[in-house]
Amino acid sequence: MKNILGRKVGMTSVFTAEGTYVPVTVIEAGPCTVVERRTKAEHGYDAVALGFGSVKRERLTRALAGHFKKQGVEPARFVREFRHDIDGVEAGATITVAEFAPGDRVDVIGVSKGHGFAGGIKRHNFSGGGASHGSMIHRQPASNGDTNAGRTVKGSRRPGHFGVDRTTHQNLEVVRADAERNLLLVRGPVPGPKNALVVIRKSVKAVKAAEGS
Amino acid sequence: MNVIDVLNGEARKEHVPEFRPGDTVKVYSKVVEGGKERVQMFEGVVTVHKGGGASESITVRRVAHGVGVDKTFLVHSPRVERIELTKRGIVRRSRLYYLSERIGKAARIKEKKAAK
Repeated sequence: MKNILGRKVGMTSVFTAEGTYVPVTVIEAGPCTVVERRTKAEHGYDAVALGFGSVKRERLTRALAGHFKKQGVEPARFVREFRHDIDGVEAGATITVAEFAPGDRVDVIGVSKGHGFAGGIKRHNFSGGGASHGSMIHRQPASNGDTNAGRTVKGSRRPGHFGVDRTTHQNLEVVRADAERNLLLVRGPVPGPKNALVVIRKSVKAVKAAEGS
Repeated sequence: MNVIDVLNGEARKEHVPEFRPGDTVKVYSKVVEGGKERVQMFEGVVTVHKGGGASESITVRRVAHGVGVDKTFLVHSPRVERIELTKRGIVRRSRLYYLSERIGKAARIKEKKAAK
């Protein structure tokens, strides 16, 4: 099963076996316990819930503590469900990065970095106005639409809260999987700040390609 | 220690001579030619030495058939087989870009004699 939870450590570059130097994001992933196996018969859909990270027992709500106890697994700080590539995975099993191999395609899901209330330039890549020569429009979004309409069209891009969104980066290549140190190296950047939870799943594109053939 | 520092440390080669700008080196790198791999030697003066950790790189300059050639190598790349130091030079700059404006005798670098 190529699904796992992890913590974003940061970025660096590594040499591949062919000798190319590639930028990678280092993710400390797993080991994850399978907290629950959801079935179509009992729950209405098939899924596997993975738990990651330790948590103090007193921090758990009674409901969650009961859930972990019922399943007979250690309490985990984060629990997330996966619906694809879950055949043959039973509750209580442990998932490590050993499931992954270089060349695998994965999607990485994280919560993007918060930018607070951001203007149009940062949030929507607006161009901005001139800096000098009497230009009085510097970083303003300028026009919001035509005056004939007499209103602002819905969906027009304005300043506002930016970041802290669930963001998926699809089809990233696994460069290295280090089972000894529980490290997963994924080519390119990954959403979110350092030390944040990231969800790694088998790439949707890879799943679709496998189903299509 | 930080995981990223560990990864960078592992990527470094153990035996690399210490070189400075102005030194003359021979770089043996693997090249793929006609589907075959062979080792190619490139000898010249180190004009730039930059970066730390695994991304340390050098730029080597030589004049081949009257044309100046600058080649940049990642020191710790697996495609660079080995680097040999042939001469030590005396220079007063860390980036020897001025060499590209000079030709012939003017582009020479004073040699440092080994201390006895």
